Amino acid sequence: MPNSSPIFPLPEDLPLDSGQILSNAQIAYETYGSLAPDKSNAVLICHALTGDQYVASTHPVTGKPGWWERMVGPGKPIDTDRFFVICANVIGSCLGSSGPASLAADGAPYAMRFPVITVRDMVRALVALLDGLEIARLHGVVGGSMGGMQALSLAANWPERAERVLVIASTARHSAQNIAFHEVGRQAIMADPAWSGGDYYGIETAPDNGLAVARMAAHITYLSEAGLTEKFGRRLQNREEKSFGFDADFQVESYLRYQGSGFTQRFDANSYLYITRAMDYFDLAEEHGGTLADAFAETSARFCLVSFDTDWLYPTAESRHIVHALNAAGAKVSFVELSAPHGHDSFLLEHRQLDRVVQGFLE
Amino acid sequence: MNASLRPDLAIIAANVAPQSRVLDIGTGNGDLMDVLEREKHCDARGMELDPAKVERCVARGLSVVQGDANRDLVNYPDKAFDYTILSQTLQTSVRPDRTLDELLRVGTRTFVSFPNFAHWRTRTALLFGGRMPVTRALPSNWYETENIHHVTIEDFCDLVEDRRARIERAWFLADERRIAALGANWRAEYAVYELSR
Repeated sequence: MPNSSPIFPLPEDLPLDSGQILSNAQIAYETYGSLAPDKSNAVLICHALTGDQYVASTHPVTGKPGWWERMVGPGKPIDTDRFFVICANVIGSCLGSSGPASLAADGAPYAMRFPVITVRDMVRALVALLDGLEIARLHGVVGGSMGGMQALSLAANWPERAERVLVIASTARHSAQNIAFHEVGRQAIMADPAWSGGDYYGIETAPDNGLAVARMAAHITYLSEAGLTEKFGRRLQNREEKSFGFDADFQVESYLRYQGSGFTQRFDANSYLYITRAMDYFDLAEEHGGTLADAFAETSARFCLVSFDTDWLYPTAESRHIVHALNAAGAKVSFVELSAPHGHDSFLLEHRQLDRVVQGFLE
Repeated sequence: MNASLRPDLAIIAANVAPQSRVLDIGTGNGDLMDVLEREKHCDARGMELDPAKVERCVARGLSVVQGDANRDLVNYPDKAFDYTILSQTLQTSVRPDRTLDELLRVGTRTFVSFPNFAHWRTRTALLFGGRMPVTRALPSNWYETENIHHVTIEDFCDLVEDRRARIERAWFLADERRIAALGANWRAEYAVYELSR
């Protein structure tokens, strides 16, 4: 995938939770605004599963605006006139940071030889980037969905690195249902003959069909039933009657197919395998002796958790679970469940209350 | 006394020890928490049911959790706070006795304020009107009021004794002013108690 971002080569080997070591790793990142002389105004934004570092700048492949431009920019809730905003592509991904498409020491792409990574490994690489930028302490770390997992992982494992931790539509552990949906996606990719055990780099065909199906299944989990009904209902796509065939008769089918095929233009199937695996392995309590409160024993940060009432992927109960643990740990925590019709994806969409919470919390 | 606060909150704010850890239940727009943090340098946390109010508090920089005192207090450790505060909310809770237990468990000291149902205006409204009283302190009709467990000062003292708690201090309010304790169950519109156990 083309990438126009600055690259930070990790100066040291990256030790991974699996026990393996990632050598010569690199991180692609974007920054916005300027770092204060005392380096006190840095905000790290962590991206979601299929996100990237282009939080507020044009995506080099799709040409589309940044994925959170409504939140990040001059005068926006995360104000780049005030804050130095950093957003980096996670390791395992495919927009310039080390991942399965990167070249291994033998000059060939890693493909499935890339080590299995965890959310904590992603954050370990982000911390190396912060070290490289000589930012000892962030004004705040912000993330939605998998980005929220990274924010929690940073707070738990590097408690001195962030003063504020904002976690939106996220969870401290992947549930059986979360894992189940991801497994559907992974099996769709691996069932595509073009996947070829992951060795499809440099040849004409990639497992685009499998990746598109994975994206379609996942996309459903990002929306709400009411949202789908409102947007599509049972309306037919460019036709008056059912075709009695298997074309995309319904608008919702056409929409999902479009989402699926569009996704393959900007994402690598193997990265999808690795990152979903990392999310499935995520269980912050397990990392800390089984008690979530213990994960936050060292923290002095202020936390804010936000959930959405129609999010069934990471429902409000998951955020409450984190809040209870933070309460038990004596941490400063705010929590609000916002009402929004669009399910998990609500965090990316227009929401005035979310804007006010984000802005107020980072104040 | 802080003139910007509701009178019962001003009494509570004036009597919370500086730099203490406080849990304010029913935070509202965060006025009390804000005063406690800025003027008393307390480490204040809040719990509020209404998401719009929580959002306003968070936007003010306060640490407020959306939650229900009936259900969510159990998640706090014993004596996690120097003070727990429940202002004009006890009479809205599903089981005021259990809520009081939780307040006393989570806080070393507990402030409770409530409208006194035995105030003479309420008594006369019921005695002569023959209908559920609608007064300045109790402005809603019976069918729409959030006050599902009306309480008098005498009832409250009985409950405190029954729950083996101790009354440390008490304040009484009528016409937004402090009045003496004498005949408070007749004369007070609101009561504020500081409890311990």
